[in-house]
Amino acid sequence: MTSVLEPEVAVVGAGPAGMAAALAAAEGGADVLLIDREHRLGGQLVKQTHKFFGSSDQEAGIRGIHIAERLGERIRQHAAIRIWLGTTVIAYYPDGVLLAEKAGHGLVKAKPRCLVVATGAAERHLAFAGNDLPGVYGAGAVQTLMNVHGVLPGQRALMVGAGNIGLIVSYQLLQAGVQVVEVIEAAEEIGGYAVHAAKIRRAGVPIRTRHSVLKVEGDSCVEQAVVARLDEGWKPIPGTERVLQVDLVCLAVGLTPLTEILWQAGCRMVWVPELGGHVPVRSETLETTVPGVWVAGDAAGVEEASTAMIEGELAGLAAAHRLRPLKEFDERCRQLRQALAELRAGPLAAKVRRGLARLEGGTC
Amino acid sequence: MLRKTGVPTDDLLRQVTPSEERLRRGPVAIFECFERIPCDPCQHACPTGAVQPFEDLNDLPRVDHQLCTGCGRCIQACPGLAVFVVQEDLDECSALVGLPYEYCPLPAPGDVVTLLDRQGRAVGQGRIKKVVRPGNRGETPVVWVIVPRGLAMTVRHIRPEGENRGADQPTGGHHLPV
Ligand SMILES: Cc1cc2nc3c(=O)[nH]c(=O)nc-3n(C[C@H](O)[C@H](O)[C@H](O)COP(=O)(O)OP(=O)(O)OC[C@H]3O[C@@H](n4cnc5c(N)ncnc54)[C@H](O)[C@@H]3O)c2cc1C
Ligand code: SF4
Ligand code: SF4
Repeated sequence: MTSVLEPEVAVVGAGPAGMAAALAAAEGGADVLLIDREHRLGGQLVKQTHKFFGSSDQEAGIRGIHIAERLGERIRQHAAIRIWLGTTVIAYYPDGVLLAEKAGHGLVKAKPRCLVVATGAAERHLAFAGNDLPGVYGAGAVQTLMNVHGVLPGQRALMVGAGNIGLIVSYQLLQAGVQVVEVIEAAEEIGGYAVHAAKIRRAGVPIRTRHSVLKVEGDSCVEQAVVARLDEGWKPIPGTERVLQVDLVCLAVGLTPLTEILWQAGCRMVWVPELGGHVPVRSETLETTVPGVWVAGDAAGVEEASTAMIEGELAGLAAAHRLRPLKEFDERCRQLRQALAELRAGPLAAKVRRGLARLEGGTC
Repeated sequence: MLRKTGVPTDDLLRQVTPSEERLRRGPVAIFECFERIPCDPCQHACPTGAVQPFEDLNDLPRVDHQLCTGCGRCIQACPGLAVFVVQEDLDECSALVGLPYEYCPLPAPGDVVTLLDRQGRAVGQGRIKKVVRPGNRGETPVVWVIVPRGLAMTVRHIRPEGENRGADQPTGGHHLPV
């Protein structure tokens, strides 16, 4: 085992939140260690070929993959940021030591003075007969196969879930030449943006709300799926079953924050379904209940890359400020919080607002 | 309905359709963006100021059709692929539609394509007039397609002849006079 590296700030996760945190901390004068289990920087962004929403001041209209490239470039040029890729953090000890497994190096350790956890979120699965057949995928996995590895996951797809991820991945399947037979959604309404829905509708893909998948069948892989309408109580209505000939069933039924490190650190965690599951209680600058441990991005509550980047900047800035007080810290925090509020102001962010209000109000 | 089907209703479309008089005067942008989402690139892309400044990032785009030249920059910029440019009277029998198109291969001028409406139903055939490829900022390609007159507010997508990526759909509809 190698010696322990002692950076001032360690950031776990190099998605939009972690990259922004590393940059803000380094620009605030800290020396930073940025860790990710993947072999490139970017997190979810590296597979996002579509253009992002948001404010034109903050990379709106730019494709996710290009945002990752821009941030990655700035990070690599920053002398104060050391990068460990292919490195999975597996434990955080009470003495403040992070234990990680680094590809080709075995176990490595770091003992940062400040820690920013930006580990993102994991996809949820859905229980139905046949859900373990090859050909049943999470939408994120399908995106990785297609957009990172250039592998077609199937020919005819059923998408389960009409949130933004389900709609966007359906669109990307179409772009890859896969026929999307149908998008089904258990809720009464489409969860994602109407503009994303309109894009796949005009390509001929039906979206059926109040529908779910009952089972998937096939000998050794998916050959067909049975879907049905749901009643008000979310129960399948007998007689409405339909068999769809598909070889790919793609699940886009939500994400849940990846919080193992925060649990290990002893952060106070609360259950906020609106934010995707257990999330840490935190301050205005995203410091958890454990002093010196911050959280940012989807790990703090499932949202968007646009909010993840601002949260990352806020957390990174706060960590740098803890080490060496920064001039204009309060003013910059205020601006960042204002930008977050603006991004969360629309009707489609109502759920996130509700979750955050409960968290802040301590009613969890 | 929009939130159940993903297809804007006629009522919503009426709200964003320019006046008859303006439609007759030449190409003009139609913003099919009906939901408050945090997004503003169309406003920054518009060179004539036709898209009014946003007070709040979540504002719907407000467009002064009198200032719009139909240049199509907003189509290239919009992440929602929600803007189209229509020119109702290209000549006696045809109209022109500029639409965002992010599929490979891009069509080429002269190609004959199947015209699709907002639900992906084939409504006729059209011919590609011009294709604006993405620049180095990853802009959305814009395809300008000649459609039968009267279909400018109907056609919102195209499909290369003989291809079908969505659900199994019947084809049919108008044909472009040759
Ligand atoms: C299909 C799809 C479309 C989307 N479209 C948009 C959009 O249009 N606009 C928008 O703003 N947002 C969009 N998002 C959401 C956006 O991608 C996420 O909200 C954002 O990536 C979250 O950033 P993050 O940095 O918190 O997490 P992530 O991007 O998930 O990054 C987390 C990183 O942490 C690493 N990690 C996790 N655990 C460990 C560990 N133990 N050790 C080391 N590394 C670890 C992971 O490898 C990963 O790289 C979309 C998401 C999806 C799936
Ligand atoms: S078509 Fe051109 S002038 Fe008209 S709104 Fe779009 S960018 Fe502005
Ligand atoms: S850029 Fe497109 S999606 Fe965004 S506000 Fe303008 S029209 Fe709507």
